[in-house]
Amino acid sequence: MASATKKRGVGSVIWDYMTTVDHKKIAILYLIAGGFFFALGGIEAMLIRIQLAVPNNDFLSAGLFNEVITMHGTTMIFLAAMPLLFAFMNATVPLQIGARDVAFPFLNSLGVWLFIFGGIFLNLSWFMGGAPDAGWTSYASLSINSPGHGIDFYALGLQIAGAGTLISGINFVTTIISMRAPGMTYMRMPLMTWTTLVASVLIVFAFPPLTIGIFLLTFDRMFGSSFFLVETGGNTIIWEHLFWIFGHPEVYILILPAFGIFSEIFATFARKRLFGYSAMVFATVLIGFFGFMVWAHHMFTVGLGPTANAIFAVATMAIAVPTGIKIFNWIFTIWGGSIEFTTPMLYALAFIPSFVMGGVTGIMQAAAPADYQYHDSYFIVAHFHYVIVGGVVFGLLAGLHYYWPLMFGTMLSEKLGKISFVLFVAGFHVTFLIQHFLGLWGMPRRVFTYLDGQGYNTSNMISTVGALMMAVAVIILLINIIITVAKNQKVGRDPWGDGRTLEWSLPIPVPYYNFAQTPLIRGLDAYWIEKKENDGKMMPAESLDDFHMPNNSIIPFVISLGLFVAAFGALHFASGKEWAIDAVSDLPQHPWALWVLILGLAIVFISMGVRSWKDDLGYYVTKEEVLKDLEEQERGAK
Amino acid sequence: MKNRWMNAKWIGLISVLMVFLSGCGKNHLSTLRPAGEVGQEQFNLMLLSIIIMILVILVVVVLFTFALTKSRRSKVGEDFEPKDVAGNHTLEVIWTSIPILLLIILAIPTIYFTFKQADTQAMETEDGELNSEEVIVNVTAHQYWWEFEYPNQEVVTSQELVVPTDTKVYFNLHGADVKHSFWVPAAGGKMDTNIDGINSFYLVFDDEKAQDSERLFYGKCAELCGPSHALMDFKVKALPQEEYDQWLADMKAVEEPAQASADDAAEGQEIFNNSCIGCHAVTPQGAGAQGPNLANFGDRDLIAGYLEHNKENLVDWISDPESLKPGNKMTGAYDLSEEEIDKVAEYLMELKVEEGSGDVSALEEDAEESSEEDSSEEGGN
Repeated sequence: MASATKKRGVGSVIWDYMTTVDHKKIAILYLIAGGFFFALGGIEAMLIRIQLAVPNNDFLSAGLFNEVITMHGTTMIFLAAMPLLFAFMNATVPLQIGARDVAFPFLNSLGVWLFIFGGIFLNLSWFMGGAPDAGWTSYASLSINSPGHGIDFYALGLQIAGAGTLISGINFVTTIISMRAPGMTYMRMPLMTWTTLVASVLIVFAFPPLTIGIFLLTFDRMFGSSFFLVETGGNTIIWEHLFWIFGHPEVYILILPAFGIFSEIFATFARKRLFGYSAMVFATVLIGFFGFMVWAHHMFTVGLGPTANAIFAVATMAIAVPTGIKIFNWIFTIWGGSIEFTTPMLYALAFIPSFVMGGVTGIMQAAAPADYQYHDSYFIVAHFHYVIVGGVVFGLLAGLHYYWPLMFGTMLSEKLGKISFVLFVAGFHVTFLIQHFLGLWGMPRRVFTYLDGQGYNTSNMISTVGALMMAVAVIILLINIIITVAKNQKVGRDPWGDGRTLEWSLPIPVPYYNFAQTPLIRGLDAYWIEKKENDGKMMPAESLDDFHMPNNSIIPFVISLGLFVAAFGALHFASGKEWAIDAVSDLPQHPWALWVLILGLAIVFISMGVRSWKDDLGYYVTKEEVLKDLEEQERGAK
Repeated sequence: MKNRWMNAKWIGLISVLMVFLSGCGKNHLSTLRPAGEVGQEQFNLMLLSIIIMILVILVVVVLFTFALTKSRRSKVGEDFEPKDVAGNHTLEVIWTSIPILLLIILAIPTIYFTFKQADTQAMETEDGELNSEEVIVNVTAHQYWWEFEYPNQEVVTSQELVVPTDTKVYFNLHGADVKHSFWVPAAGGKMDTNIDGINSFYLVFDDEKAQDSERLFYGKCAELCGPSHALMDFKVKALPQEEYDQWLADMKAVEEPAQASADDAAEGQEIFNNSCIGCHAVTPQGAGAQGPNLANFGDRDLIAGYLEHNKENLVDWISDPESLKPGNKMTGAYDLSEEEIDKVAEYLMELKVEEGSGDVSALEEDAEESSEEDSSEEGGN
């Protein structure tokens, strides 16, 4: 396989990736695109910290600063963290449950291309008249008020990318429920699979409110409705509810797969099965459930009244319990184990104290009257970076090092990995610990500058220095990746030596059909059981025979392209129209907008039609081909 | 609630925390230096939660460090095969129930203060009319300035809020264009100024604490509201009740715009009356104007909400507001020459409300009348 890839031209590789429905290649697409946006969001973060390093700074203008913070948040959440998690979910979950692909490979491809086109569209705003500037929450009164097309880019870009996420969520729920290998009962699924399942269910329920909210915003800004225009009977608080009914579960959508990655890493590098597996599963489901009942804690100061505030305060506190269960079970997983300090394990270990600190400030905010002080101050900025960086980003970096051999067949340098680990974790605490205090000293968030003499100077400078350290760490990580790719030293099956779950039982590179024979699962940590009690080979659950695989398709790419084109039409539709809101009614008219919108939608619907009416039944991998691959693996192993 | 955690062990921990926390921040600005009842209650709640949370962090870190050092591979040896433990029922029960207990300890005062601090019943009399006995301020937030109306006295001012100390000050909050958030960190938490309706809450300013910060507190907008969100500061003057009453009476006494004294200022007044008065009132009446009320402009401490109060800054501000507060509504609303701006600035610096000009006793009579008028408006909300 490897030699065959090398002979192919660049063009054919690109075409292969554009049309692929293979979850392993889609994982790589998610990783590359997500990594790109992560770098972009990181650069935006650095701009923010440079601007705030000293008081009364004019490095960024006020308007530009608001664009940068909006794009930093939006990019990091929607275009970096989520896609990178999808990369690891795609890379591992089908392998962990013993499936040859996901349930809907076509939709998987559609999901990734919608995300990529949505992300590109959103970022084109930088070059086309200004980025969105109402914060990643885009609260309705300000987003309706914001002049130019920035907010329209936000609404349309997120709508497209969000559709991709929703599709992927449905796909994973179906895959995990229906495609598990024989013997893989629910209570034998690895934690990564469990957290993916719960996160995907959350996506299915949480994204529709966002979709609706963004549709209402789109119609207000582009088609003359007035859902959020107070003067014509609208209500802006509805946006806040819709956004946070999505937005709070969203943080659990982000953190749960990271929890999954950590659970795998703890067990692997402590050489010990996960402590309290069933309690962990229970806690995961409970967190997912509670996640939907606490959204209004983002709105304690909106004036919902004491009854609503008290109920949401108590509900929020309740979430601490299952999260605490998880933390203690992780500690007891490494307790009495044999810990090997690999780079992924270091990130996982650093995660525990960091995340606990982020978690406890979360509970402090649940105390509503105290939150009247914390709300919209730097205390909040510190809190959510502690959970999102200390939880999700640590998880992504741990996952990157841990799953790199599974995805690319090589090992990232441990030495460089550890250097960037130390810098990143130290930089993280230097950046964000001090921000708790800035908030308590009265510094509001989202301020483009602050005045001298308020006692904020030193702390902001410290914070900026920490951010620089994190930037250096990420650059070292990039160098590590480049060196590893250039060296291209291949590793074989079970490269960490302590793999426990099914994905590590496969030869590396993993064959495109994953499993020559569907394996039989005999318990939790299926591969570990076979290693300890058997010859280390999975027992097949079926005889070697021909099996069915899906065909590649360019249609997902074309559908996404169609929506991308249509978005440009929608964007300019209201420009200069009499009925439009003030924010865009002064702009020049674009009569072509309608036609672009129609053209884009025509591309979408025609490609959907082709997909629907033209049968695509896939193909069969023959027994002979599989046997040949198996022989080759045998030879390679010797 | 206090008795529960006021035993010897806690006192030590609290005093350490106090030193650590209150050693930080400015009197006029920090949530850690509460200047009144509301801020104090919130601060106590913060302390309680911080103590519980430090306890939790300590337990986790101790267990974590112990597990980590005990189980290093370099210590247990390469050949050591850890025993696979499925879990432990007793331990699960322990770390489920202890957090629940801790949360109950935190939840009780949380619920109590949530309801206590939302109690604004005193703003209205029993028959639903505006209570003239209480100090009530209607706050309207604009991009990027604040209007403060005292409905009981029918006085309007902007940018500098004046409040009496040692009594509850009730606020009605509203946003005129986009959502803002009204925050005086030292006095207590924030509340949003929605454009959809009116939010009400109260703050208290202790006289002693007000003296510590020279009777001036900083207020800020806490909700992103556009480019100049960061510059939407205001000041709060906390005066003893008598001085406050006198200030109100003085404001009330200004019925005619003050006449300019100097020649330049007189010319400035004429220019102002031609170009500026459409948005800016110079008598402390008439809420809901396009621009900030300037009746006592000469008495204020800041230009544009954040610059030092001198003529130079004022000229800069009028000449090019966009460079000082990007996105403001004043840019381009007038066309004045440099000379004219100088004269207008001269005039504005003269706009002071004469101290002791008003009759305090007249306030109460007015209040009774006005409460009847206003109640019909307020009733609809």
